[in-house]
Parts: sequence; C-alpha cells; structure tokens
Amino acid sequence: MAEAAVKQTPTDAMIATLDMPLAGWSDSARRDALARVQSMGLPQRRDEYWKYTRPDTLVQAEAAPAALRASDEVPLFDQIDRLKVVFVDGVFDADASDDLTLEGIKIERLADATADIHWARDIYGALETRGQSPVARPLAALNTAFAPDGILIHVTGKVTKPVNFIYRRTSTTADAMLHHCIKLDAGAEMTLLENGPVAARFNGVLEVEVADKAAFHHVRAQGRDHEQRAATHIFTRLGAESTFKSFTLTANGVMTRNDCVIELTGDDANATVAGACVGDGGDFHHDDTVFITHDAVNCESRQVFKKVLRNGATGVFQGKILVKAGAQKTDGYQISQSLLLDEDSQFLAKPELEIYADDVACSHGSTSGAIDEDALFYLRSRGVPHGAATDLLTLAFLAEAVTEVEDEALREEVTGRLAAWLERHAS
Amino acid sequence: MLSIKGLKVKLEDEDKQILKGVDLEIEAGKVHAIMGPNGSGKSTLSYVLSGKDGYEVTGGAATLEGVDLLDMEPEERAAAGLFLAFQYPVEIPGVGNMTFLRTAVNAQRKARGEEEMSAAEFLKVVRARAKELKIDADMLKRPVNVGFSGGEKKRNEILQMAMLEPKMCILDETDSGLDVDAMKLVAEGVNALRSEGRGFLVITHYQRLLDHIKPDVVHIMADGRIIKTGGPELALEVENNGYADILAEVA
Repeated sequence: MAEAAVKQTPTDAMIATLDMPLAGWSDSARRDALARVQSMGLPQRRDEYWKYTRPDTLVQAEAAPAALRASDEVPLFDQIDRLKVVFVDGVFDADASDDLTLEGIKIERLADATADIHWARDIYGALETRGQSPVARPLAALNTAFAPDGILIHVTGKVTKPVNFIYRRTSTTADAMLHHCIKLDAGAEMTLLENGPVAARFNGVLEVEVADKAAFHHVRAQGRDHEQRAATHIFTRLGAESTFKSFTLTANGVMTRNDCVIELTGDDANATVAGACVGDGGDFHHDDTVFITHDAVNCESRQVFKKVLRNGATGVFQGKILVKAGAQKTDGYQISQSLLLDEDSQFLAKPELEIYADDVACSHGSTSGAIDEDALFYLRSRGVPHGAATDLLTLAFLAEAVTEVEDEALREEVTGRLAAWLERHAS
Repeated sequence: MLSIKGLKVKLEDEDKQILKGVDLEIEAGKVHAIMGPNGSGKSTLSYVLSGKDGYEVTGGAATLEGVDLLDMEPEERAAAGLFLAFQYPVEIPGVGNMTFLRTAVNAQRKARGEEEMSAAEFLKVVRARAKELKIDADMLKRPVNVGFSGGEKKRNEILQMAMLEPKMCILDETDSGLDVDAMKLVAEGVNALRSEGRGFLVITHYQRLLDHIKPDVVHIMADGRIIKTGGPELALEVENNGYADILAEVA
C-alpha cells in the first residue's frame, strides 16, 4: 500500500528503463551524472529553458516509433575520402566500419574501453558537468550516466582525412544513446563528420576538448526520417589560439533539440557554431540552443543560424553570449534568421547577451521574413520560373550559414543536399 | 513586334487609374522612345508589360508578335522574348551573378524547347559580352547587383540583355543615376544590340540619352495616354521648351 502511494516521477520512470554500464574508469563519472539527473529532474514544460520546445516526447520512458524511409539519394559525404565509423540503431558496427587506425589519432569504442584511459577520464562527463551551470541540461547528464556506446578519440597530430560517424537505422523503435569524447592535443587538427537518422529517438552527447592551437572542424547532417526525435548536446572547451567550428544541417525530423555549449578559456581562441535547417509541415519542430562563455582575452565567437520553414513548421533559437569580467576584446557575433514560406509557420527566437567586461564588441540580430517579392519578380522577369526562382532565393538565404563550413567539398555536399530537399518539397 | 491597343490599367489596391488607354505599335528593327513628365505612367507601362504584381488591367490588349502578353506569367513573357531593363535593378545577396545569368539563359532556352548552353560555352560567351561592357570578372562573381555602383548596375542590365537576346527590349529610365561616361557605355551596349529583328522601347525623362541611342519614333506620354508622336525632333523640342507647350497644345 505504501509503495503504491508514491507516484513515480517521469525522471524515475526513465531511469528505471536504463542500465548503467560499468567499466571502471568511467564509473564515478556515471554515478555522479545519475545523481545530477536525480536532483535536476528531466526537463518539463514549465522549465524556462524549454519554453519554446515541449520536452514530453524526449523524456517519456518509451520512445515513439518512427517509420523507416527508403531513400535513393547517395549518402552524404560518400564522395569524401574519410574514415567510416558506422553505428546501426545506435550500436557500433565493427564490420561495417573501416579499420579504426589512422595516423595522428587514436580511436576507441566507449563500450570496449575498460582499461583506465587517463585522458578520457578527464573529459567524460567533465565538460558536460561544466555545462550544467548556469543552466541545467538534464538530458545530457542522463546520457553521461547511461550511454552504452560511443567513440573516444585522442588526436595527437594533424589528421589527414575526416572521421565520419555514420548512423544507420534498421529498427522503427530503437531508442539510442551515444556519448563521444574527443581530445585534441596542442596543435592537433581533425574534422568530424556525422550523418544519418540514428534512431527513432536519439540522445547524443559530444564532448570536445580543444587544446592550445588545436583545430576541430565538425559538419553534421540530421534527418531525414520524418518521425524521428533527437536531443543532442555538444560541450566544448577551447584553449589559447584554438579553433572550433561546428555546422549542422537539419532536414525533417519531427522534433530536434540541439544544444551547443562553448567555453573559451584560452586567449585568442575562435569558435563558430552554425546551422541550416529546412522544415516542412505542422509537426516539424527544430530548436537550436547555444550558450557561449567568453572567459579569456581577445576571443571571437560566431553563431549563424538560418531556418526555412513551411506548411506550419516551427523553428526555435535560444542563443546566449556570456562575457565574463576580464574577457576583454571579445568579439561576439550572433545572427538567427528564418524564412517563413507561409503564414502558418513560426520562428521563436531568444537572443541574449550578458556582458561583464567593458571593452567588447558583441552584436546580435534576429529576423523572420518571407521571400523578397522584388527579387522574385526580378528573377522571373529574366525567365526563371516561379518555383526555381523561389528555390534560388531560399538557397541564397541559407548560404550565409553554409558558408561557415570551411572545406569547399563539404560545403558543396551540404548545398547539394539542401537543393535536393527543396526540389523534393516543391511548392 | 509589340502591339498595345487601348491599354487601361489601375492600381490593384487603390482605385487609381494610371493608364487611360495607351496605343502603341513598335515594329521590329525600330527604336521608339517614350518621354513624359513624372507620374505620366511610363514606368507603369513597363511593369505591366513585364508582368509585375500590383496592377490590374481594366481594358485593352498587349501582344508580342501576336501573342497575348497580359495572360502570361512574367517568366513566360521573358521566354517569349520580352526584356525589361529595370530603373532600379534589384540586389540579390547570396546569388552569384554568373549563376543568375546562366540560370536565366537556360531557363529561357528550356521554355522554348531549345538545348541548354553548356557551362564552357556559356562562360566563353559571357566573358566576351562582359568585356564589351567593361564588366570585369569580379562583377561576374559577386552576388547580383550587391555593392554595384549605379553605373555597374545598369551595365549589368545590358549584359543580361545581351545574354538573353530578347526580341523586344524595354529600357526603363536606364539613364537615371548615370554620369555622361557611364551613359555612353550603356548606350554603346544597347546600340550593339540593335538589329533588324529586334524592337526597342526607351523610356526616359531627358533627351540626352537619345543623343546616344537614336530613336526612330518619339512619343510623349502624359496622364496615362500617348498625347503626341513624332520623329527625333520631338525629343529636342521637349529639351528646349519642356512639356508645358506640348501639354497646352493637346489640351
């Protein structure tokens, strides 16, 4: 009787479905993370940080199924020479993957890493923990506690080709959780590519430690299965004169929340986070949430987010730049824009600046608009049909975000993908 | 070539009649000029012919080689051979000038059932035409009209005209905002395109453009109508005496 009277919270219900994998070196990080989740509780509708995005489907114990979609498109990045790391329904697949040896880099599977890995111990859950303040991110802590799989990468030199995490789906119900840690030593460089729909529901965490003068490039593509849901977190800490560049392409997916937490801790560091998102339909919901902390001198950060929304789709942007006292000569740039292709679609933006240094330049802008009628008429008057002219202007709108991808071949892959999406979703 | 009969146009959102019955016949190979005071309806005529939104045709007809223009979408009019050089060319950030030109050329070819131009062929042609108009490689690479000076924008209009090779060209105050040198360059570009099979309608406030692009016929437009038609000497009359005499004469 007494037991029945205690109502189980959603957090307890979720935890009850999960098993904590214990491997020695990460055990205490996992137990601490569990304690964090229990004290924070999973996100709820009334949480300020989830004001524009309903967390219900991301926190319920059972993931809703998502239909599998056949695609005759050539998989993204197929033309790029890269090292393939394949996951099927959120589980690493050694047979489908390339040999994980590559010069300047050590790649290990989280689930197999049972020996004490000193560098990973300092990162696993540690960057996530730093990212829990001043705003709680319970889904990331849940991930640290329970993620059964993922990849650990230690980069010691300049890696000659990108590492590509490829997420395949074969199950309509898989509820996947992956936790990746990457450490770049001083002066090291690597490019990480991620693509594929992962699972019906995906909880992903990527922790990246970028040491002095190191450079991390990241391009990922989310989509394209319509019913899939995802909550992802990137936590990164940057040393002096280091570079972090992350770009996300999102097409479809019924619910996506991407958090990116960046800490600039060394002088003269440079961070860019950008995203291009295309959404069609009333059940499309996409949320980019960014938190950048400047805690060193003469650092630059850029946030560039563009969303194209149609047929009742919803886009959200919450972006914050926190400039700590002493972080002089900070250059912070933030722009979030949406192109609303009809009156049913909506874009909700919350740009924030919090500055405690007196010699900084920070700018932010947020706009929502329709296709420029004058530009459309100009193109049509030159013979470009209405649909093609609209697509051309839409791609031009997205281009400002896509431009943040430094590598030309990757940029073209992304642009091609966006153009193909527009063609499939012709108005 | 272009035949306009009794064309009446009002603003879509307002009960305001702009064109009150325009009659105009432009033959292939000829250059017609329309002059007139501000608000006489010159620009409206060019917009209505090219299919811009916001206007309602309340009477009359306009045909290009016998085909009804007013029933067509703007892109169909372009493919049929109509071209409007804009008074204010539109800036399009994010769309490269070259991409824009090639998309336009090939869209028109496709609409006419012709073969599309290959990238190599297109590049060769566009470079040659651009050179004649003193348009450098940088202007071709930049986004359409973004950061272009007034003169560069107008030269870019003429480059589009040269690439699209329309049958009927309408130039809407192409001289506005140009200094004498820029105007000469633009006029040379236009003159190079004059040919037996091509008609021109040059809309302007001032006679000076017509020193460089010599018209065959000059029309004076006022209050939504063509009120007087004559030879090139009519433009000189306007230059010397203004519109007042002509308006008074007609009234």
